[in-house]
Amino acid sequence: MNCQHVGTLKVLSKLNQDKSDAVIALAGNPNTGKSTVFNGLTGLKQHTGNWPGKTVVLAKGNYRYRNKIITLVDLPGTYSLLANSADEQVARDFICFGNPEATIVVVDATCLERNLNLVLQVIEITPRAILCVNLIDEAKRKGIVIDFPKLEALLGIPVVPTAARDKVGLAALKESLHQVVFEHKQLQPLSIRYQERIEVAVATIQREIEPFLRGKINSRWVALRLLDGDTTLITEILNYISGTGPDSWEQGSNELKAVKCYE
Amino acid sequence: MSNEENCFQGIVAQAQTAGAEVGPVRDQLVLDLYRQTQEIARQVVKRQGKKEDFDHKIDDFVTSKYFGYPLMLTLLSLILWLTVSGANYPSQLLSNLLFGFGSHLTAFCQWLKAPDWLHGILVLGLYRCMAWVISVMLPPMAIFFPLFTFLEELGYLPRVAFNLDRGFKRAGAHGKQVLTMCMGFGCNAAGVTACRIIESPRERLIATLTNNFVPCNGRFPTLIAMAAIFLSALVGTANNLLTTGLVVGVVVFGILVTLLISRLLSQTLLKGVPSTFTLELPPYRWPKMGTLLIRSVLDRTLFVLVRAVVVAAPAGMIIWILANVYIGEVSIIGHLGGFLQGFGYLLGLDGYIILAFLLGLPANEIVIPILIMSYLSEGVMVEPSSIEDLHRLLVANGWTWLTALNMMLFSLLHFPCATTLLTIRKETQSLKWTVLAALIPTGVAILVCFLVAQLARACGLV
Repeated sequence: MNCQHVGTLKVLSKLNQDKSDAVIALAGNPNTGKSTVFNGLTGLKQHTGNWPGKTVVLAKGNYRYRNKIITLVDLPGTYSLLANSADEQVARDFICFGNPEATIVVVDATCLERNLNLVLQVIEITPRAILCVNLIDEAKRKGIVIDFPKLEALLGIPVVPTAARDKVGLAALKESLHQVVFEHKQLQPLSIRYQERIEVAVATIQREIEPFLRGKINSRWVALRLLDGDTTLITEILNYISGTGPDSWEQGSNELKAVKCYE
Repeated sequence: MSNEENCFQGIVAQAQTAGAEVGPVRDQLVLDLYRQTQEIARQVVKRQGKKEDFDHKIDDFVTSKYFGYPLMLTLLSLILWLTVSGANYPSQLLSNLLFGFGSHLTAFCQWLKAPDWLHGILVLGLYRCMAWVISVMLPPMAIFFPLFTFLEELGYLPRVAFNLDRGFKRAGAHGKQVLTMCMGFGCNAAGVTACRIIESPRERLIATLTNNFVPCNGRFPTLIAMAAIFLSALVGTANNLLTTGLVVGVVVFGILVTLLISRLLSQTLLKGVPSTFTLELPPYRWPKMGTLLIRSVLDRTLFVLVRAVVVAAPAGMIIWILANVYIGEVSIIGHLGGFLQGFGYLLGLDGYIILAFLLGLPANEIVIPILIMSYLSEGVMVEPSSIEDLHRLLVANGWTWLTALNMMLFSLLHFPCATTLLTIRKETQSLKWTVLAALIPTGVAILVCFLVAQLARACGLV
């Protein structure tokens, strides 16, 4: 438990030391039963740690499925990824720069509409996403019926209904994740269309930014954020694309405060 | 490497220019996002039966374009009316009781043959100041806090934030600022602490610096008393309804000043654009009355009262000494009041009022007791047995309706109390912002009172 300066990549290299076959991010609004899903999947094999430089606690845990060890990282519950708060920024940075093999978004079936905002924002960053519609038991009680095949068709990502409290649907979630990560199931997620003048501006920026990103980050998403004037992202991108390893990362992030190291 | 970085920064700058040309990008992005989620949800989610969400229906009304604001105003008026009319009788009862006990204390001192100065400091200064603060503050707080906690527990406050969000956004501030203002109604120090819920440092500072424009519980009794005096001086009568109306008007004025100053700050010292946020409207819950009463009486009413009494006790002693130690023909308080007279007159007030506000820095509750003590030649507080008595005393000291009005305005707008300033220092970790938090409201108070006074005098109204 020695304290030291750590950066994103250090966290990741630490994660990978666990002989894990895949790192999966778990995102979702607050109060959606995200932690119940996390606990249901990982059991008691979990640790918590701080995201470097921030006082946001991340939990991670492992589970084994079809001879693969999966590491789950439970991100802070957020309503959006627009980096309005430390929580949102950490969630966004992990999905974007943490290179998770896939991201599970947990949503509350009783208020799907509000929760879908986060889902659309996640699939704007990464195509490898899975939607976990939790609390279906509660929705059923409230007389809410969701057309899951249609939702899957509209979003273009796998949709798994669950009631994590009763372990309903967790096996299907593991299987779905396995297919996306290890059987390279091709996903064609929905892309949010914006107003014409925004699309025009984005297209221009996207063309210019493309070479800098070297295919590491979704250029359309970066273009949107730059158009939005999101300055929190700029340093992160510069660090990410120039970084060749944990050491160079550390140099570029001397503003990071000493925090407890991971684990 | 640095060359590449320069190129990158060039694109960033270019994107920012493009963004400025397109307009409010964030709003547009969020709007388009919400439009699409709405469309998906419409196609995918069905509700069985006609069990429409009850909360939704209430919210449609509570946050509607036409009923939202009138409802907020009505609720505010109702709370204040209940406070004003309900507090009168118990206030009188308490003051009779406490001041009655005070005369026993005097008798006791005489029996002990205690020196006059000791009796003066302890009974006429310390005890009477405490008695005044308790009898004037406790009843309104004991009514106001439970009512306010009721609305809070019911889940109404987030709806208020929702309603006012547009206004605050236009002022370049955060919608959650409304919630910190609601806390400020109870106590500005609590309001400043509540500013932690705002994530963006810029908007948190705006909320911190303007929280004082919401009158806290220490100032409500002053506002209510002054409203009654203003009305009886201007129209001859002061019933509870008119008084409430005037106090509501002052509160609304305070909110408008908050918006104006927030806007000015966000265009000058704290430049930036308001950040978007998701405000979850929690389901309405009927509060548990037992817990509500215990929580609001113990956690809030008694907490604030104890604080006020602790400050009032030494303040009462000091004021008595200032009012009874003579330099030449005049007491120290007289000298100070005379010194501030010219400045006070410019603001439509007088020297003693300015002095009372300055000496009342530790807590706003003691401003009126200080004022009464300095008006009385003997330097002893009379029993504030009724508003009429107070009115007679003030008129005898040259008060007009303008004095009462400007006293209300100055009380609403002036520098925060010492506790609030210390809290601001602790929260901002900066002396500069703490000083500004005192200077900005004071500047506004001086400006507004000056303009009102000059206008009234120029029009020959006084």
